[in-house]
Amino acid sequence: MTKLKQNRIIDSTFKYFGIFCTFFGLIVLAIFIFNILTEGVQRINWDFLSNLPSRRPAKAGILTAWTGTAWILGLTAIISIPLGVAAGVYLEEYGKKNRLASIIEINIANLAGVPSIIYGLLGLEIFVRTLNFGGSLLAGAFTLALLILPIIIVATREALKAVPKSLREASFGMGATKWQTIWYQTLPAASGGILTGIILALSRAVGETAPLIVIGALAYVPFVASTPMDEFTVLPMQIFNWVSRPQHGFVINAAAAIIILLLITFIMNGIAIYLRNKWQKKVNW
Amino acid sequence: MKNTGEKIIEGALAFSGLITILTTLGIIWVLVSESFSFFQVVSVSDFITDTEWTPLFTQKHYGILPLLAGTFLTTAIAILTAMPIGISIAVYLSEYAPKNFRKSIKPALEVLAAVPTVVYGFFALTVVTPFLQSIIPGLGSFNALSAGLVMGIMIIPMISSLSEDALHSLPKSLREASYGMGATRFQTAFKVAVPAASSGIIVSIILAIARAIGETMIVAIAAGQQPILTLDPRDAVETITAYIVQVSLGDVPHGSLAYKTIFAAGITLFIFTFILNNISFWIKKKYQEKYD
Repeated sequence: MTKLKQNRIIDSTFKYFGIFCTFFGLIVLAIFIFNILTEGVQRINWDFLSNLPSRRPAKAGILTAWTGTAWILGLTAIISIPLGVAAGVYLEEYGKKNRLASIIEINIANLAGVPSIIYGLLGLEIFVRTLNFGGSLLAGAFTLALLILPIIIVATREALKAVPKSLREASFGMGATKWQTIWYQTLPAASGGILTGIILALSRAVGETAPLIVIGALAYVPFVASTPMDEFTVLPMQIFNWVSRPQHGFVINAAAAIIILLLITFIMNGIAIYLRNKWQKKVNW
Repeated sequence: MKNTGEKIIEGALAFSGLITILTTLGIIWVLVSESFSFFQVVSVSDFITDTEWTPLFTQKHYGILPLLAGTFLTTAIAILTAMPIGISIAVYLSEYAPKNFRKSIKPALEVLAAVPTVVYGFFALTVVTPFLQSIIPGLGSFNALSAGLVMGIMIIPMISSLSEDALHSLPKSLREASYGMGATRFQTAFKVAVPAASSGIIVSIILAIARAIGETMIVAIAAGQQPILTLDPRDAVETITAYIVQVSLGDVPHGSLAYKTIFAAGITLFIFTFILNNISFWIKKKYQEKYD
C-alpha cells in the first residue's frame, strides 16, 4: 500500500470516528433518558405531584419538592436579575476604562470557576449563621443568586456589546442623558440576549444540589413552604435523598422526580435557545 | 438636578458590580477564618502528610491525602474519557463537518452540560455501575470508575465547544497552505490546526479539570464515602466535595472541629481550582492575539 493511499484511509477513518464521537454523548444521554422514562413514567400521576413525602415509597410525593423549587426559582430570580443586569450595564456602559471595572472583570472570570459547593460554604457562614436566616428558602435563594450572578453579568455584557454604537449616538444626539439612552434604547435593544442569559442561569440554579445541601436544606420537609423564612427542600435534594435509599421503590420515585426535573430544565433551555435564535434573526445591525 | 440623578444611578450600578468582589472576599474570608481555627488544633504538616482521614470516628486522623487521591482519581478518569472524545468532536466539527451540521449540533451537545448533576449521579449508580459490574467481576456498587466515566460524559461539551472555537478562529490561510502542499484533512487537522490552536485547546482542558475537581453530586452518589488512599478505579473513594456533603447531611455541631474540617477541605479545593483557573486565564491572555 502506498503512503498516499494509507493517508487517505486514515483521513476517512477519522471522519467516521469524529461522527461517532459527536453522537456518543448524545446516544448515552438518550439511553439514559429512555431508561428513566421506562422506570419512572408509570409513577407520575396526580398523587405523586400532590402528596407529601413519606417513608413508604408508594405513598411518597413531590409536593414539597416542586413547590420548594418554584419558590427558589422565584426568589433567586428576584435577587439575581436586578443585580446581574445592573452590574453588566455598569461594566459595559460606564466602566470601560477604569480600574475598578477591570478588577471586577477578572474577578468575575474567577468566580465563574469556583465550584458550586464552595458557594454553599459561603452561604452557610454568611446567610445561615451571620445573618441568621437558618436553613430557609431565603438563605438558599441568596446563595444560588450569588452562584449565577457571573452568568447573568456576562450574558448582559455580550448582549449590550452587540447593540451598535449608532443607536446610542442617535439618542445622545437627541439630547438624552447617558442613563436615558441606556434605559430607553440600549437595554430594550439588548433585552432578547439578556433574557436568554437569565433563563439559562436560572435553569442552572434549579438543578443545583450541592450548595443547598451545605446550607442545610432538608431532604424531609413535611409541609409546603408559605414564607421565604420557611425550611425547604427542592427537587434535586429529593432525588438525591431517594437515590441514597436501598428500597427499589424509592429508585422508581427518584426516576419519576428526575423526569419532572429534566422537563423543567429542558423547557427552560428550549425557551432560551428559541429566544436566542429569534433575537439573532431579528437583530441584523 | 439631572446630573445628580445620573450620578446616583451610576453609583447604584457600580455597587452591583462590587457585589461580585464582595462575594470573592466573602469566600476567601469564610474559608480562611474557619480553617485558621482548624489549623490551630491540627498542624498543617499532619494535614498534608497523614494518610488517614477519619474526623468523624473516635480514632481521629486529619490527613487530606485520601480525599485528594479520591478527587484526583475521579478527575483523571473523567478527563481521560472527555479529552479524546471532546478533541475529536472539535476537530471533526471544525475540519470535516458541513457548516449547517456544525451549527445545529453544537447546541445539542450543550444539552449534556445542562442536565443537572444529581441526574448524572443517578445515571452512574443505576445504569453505568451495573453495566460495569457485568464486565468487571467483583466491582462494588460504589466505585471511582463509574463516577469518573459519567463525569467525563458531562464535561465533553466543555472541551469540544471551547476547542472548536479555538480551531474555528484560526485563519483560513493556514489550512490552505497545508492543503496546497497536498496534505489530507487529517494531516492538516493534527499537524497544522491542532498545534496552532493548542493554547485554546489546553485552556479548555484545564477548565474541564477544574470543573471535574469541583463536581459534587456525581461522586457523592456513585463513588462512595470511604476515604481510602488508593488509585485503583475499582475502589470506592471519597472526594473532597463528597466529604463536605457527607458532613453537611450529618448532625455535626456548629463550631466543633469536625464542622471546621469542611472548611479546611473547602479551602484545599478552592486553592486547586483557583490555581487552575488562573493558569487558563494567563494562557488565554498570553496567546490570545497570536493570529490577529
